[in-house]
Amino acid sequence: MKKIKGYSITLTVNNENYDLTAEPNRTLLEVLRDDLHLTGTKESCGEGACGSCTVLVDDQPVRSCLTLAVAVEGRHITTIEGLSQGGALHPVQDAFVAHHAIQCGFCSPGMILTAYALLKENPSPTEEEIRRAISGNVCRCTGYAKIVEAIKSLADQGRQER
Amino acid sequence: MKDFNYSAPKTVKEAISLLGSLQGEVKVLCGGQSMLVLMKQGMLAPEHIVDIKGISELDYIRFSEEKGLTIGALATHGAVEKSPIVKEKYPVLAEMEDNLAVVQTRTWGTIGGNVCHGDPAADPPAVFIALSSKYKLMGKKERIVNAEDFYKDLLEVDLEHGELLVEVQVPPMPANSGVAQEKLMVQKGDMGIVGAAAFVTVNPSTGICEDARIVLTNVASIPFRAKGSEKVLIGKKIDEKLLEEAGQIASEEVDPPADTHGSEEYRRDMARVFLKRATAKALQRAQQKN
Ligand SMILES: Cc1cc2nc3c(=O)[nH]c(=O)nc-3n(C[C@H](O)[C@H](O)[C@H](O)COP(=O)(O)OP(=O)(O)OC[C@H]3O[C@@H](n4cnc5c(N)ncnc54)[C@H](O)[C@@H]3O)c2cc1C
Ligand code: FES
Ligand code: FES
Repeated sequence: MKKIKGYSITLTVNNENYDLTAEPNRTLLEVLRDDLHLTGTKESCGEGACGSCTVLVDDQPVRSCLTLAVAVEGRHITTIEGLSQGGALHPVQDAFVAHHAIQCGFCSPGMILTAYALLKENPSPTEEEIRRAISGNVCRCTGYAKIVEAIKSLADQGRQER
Repeated sequence: MKDFNYSAPKTVKEAISLLGSLQGEVKVLCGGQSMLVLMKQGMLAPEHIVDIKGISELDYIRFSEEKGLTIGALATHGAVEKSPIVKEKYPVLAEMEDNLAVVQTRTWGTIGGNVCHGDPAADPPAVFIALSSKYKLMGKKERIVNAEDFYKDLLEVDLEHGELLVEVQVPPMPANSGVAQEKLMVQKGDMGIVGAAAFVTVNPSTGICEDARIVLTNVASIPFRAKGSEKVLIGKKIDEKLLEEAGQIASEEVDPPADTHGSEEYRRDMARVFLKRATAKALQRAQQKN
């Protein structure tokens, strides 16, 4: 069998289609950052342990460092760049800012996307559910308390809206 | 990661014919949550990858009173965790998923990938063995193997060249039976430093244990069936003294690894402790059903 170098794929990222050629051994993380220049998605451990590379695939959080780009063709990918609309931050981003849930910011894109997915599925999670949901996102700065507070503020709103 | 040829069949039939025709080192890829880590570390460098994540016909969870539970290879951990029928009929599987990994891994990682990886620390193989489950494999022909016989050595399973695991079959729970799983974690979702899955049946009138299947994780190169411990429990009324004896036997029989998470000695003792905990919980559940 002949070696095929690049595969032509179409990736749907933040509701835009990108036609590109990707070698099959490239991860979604590499393609997002290096080819699409969507550098909001961060790499830390590179092997599934930290969650900083989290993106959403069909609205579910996935580790982009452990996903091949060729494997997500036809799926809807959301990166942190896709949350804000017309320059206005998404409410989850606003809450992180308002509650000082960001220090160095390296974990924030993954953390915010994980929180966004949680709230989408469960608009009023308990603190325990929040802590469990973000347990795959490591933060070395904040000690998590502010992050939990930020998500909780939105969860409380979710409860009021019901 | 080394370069490879990639194909993504959409049906089982296509996948089997492709797997049968490819020459050289071929690996099946599903969610990649275990395999891509090995590839990134350079421990695995297949020439061809057949990505089965798109074979939607294998993404199901079904239940019938006669057959029990059937889980398609592509069902994700998240799907098992949230399945209403799993919660109702086999709550131990939902509990297991509650403590398995983190949301990102549960979203993308599959039951088939987990059980085929052959990691002796993994939770599903132990629970499936305790529940007397079978795996359905598909290659040139179909084969059904006992989950227990599938594990050969560290990361080595009974899959022949060109074979796919297509389904996990969990039989119906017998009357008066209970099952439980416990594992030692530093943080919820960690791989167990040691874990135990226990299944027992109890005679409702005599209180005597009629059957026991206990499987320990991360204490040998494959999921460890604690047969010596089972033997002392079967035919007797289980009490604390008997549980301690069963735990002691397991701590002597296991052959645990030593690493940063625990020495061999520590793991032996935790095998005793977790065998007792899981068995006591399974017993309590069996008795509650009476
Ligand atoms: C951060 C993290 C934490 C984790 N914690 C836990 C934990 O607490 N408990 C636990 O049990 N596991 C844990 N895991 C492991 C995880 O559950 C498995 O990695 C995952 O389920 C594997 O599924 P996959 O679809 O990603 O498989 P892949 O990585 O794609 O494949 C794994 C292996 O199975 C083979 N394979 C896959 N599907 C099939 C098939 N249908 N037929 C034949 N061969 C197949 C592949 O060739 C490969 O050898 C953790 C993983 C990570 C990254
Ligand atoms: S960079 Fe992907 S999990 Fe750490
Ligand atoms: S803010 Fe620095 S790692 Fe979380």
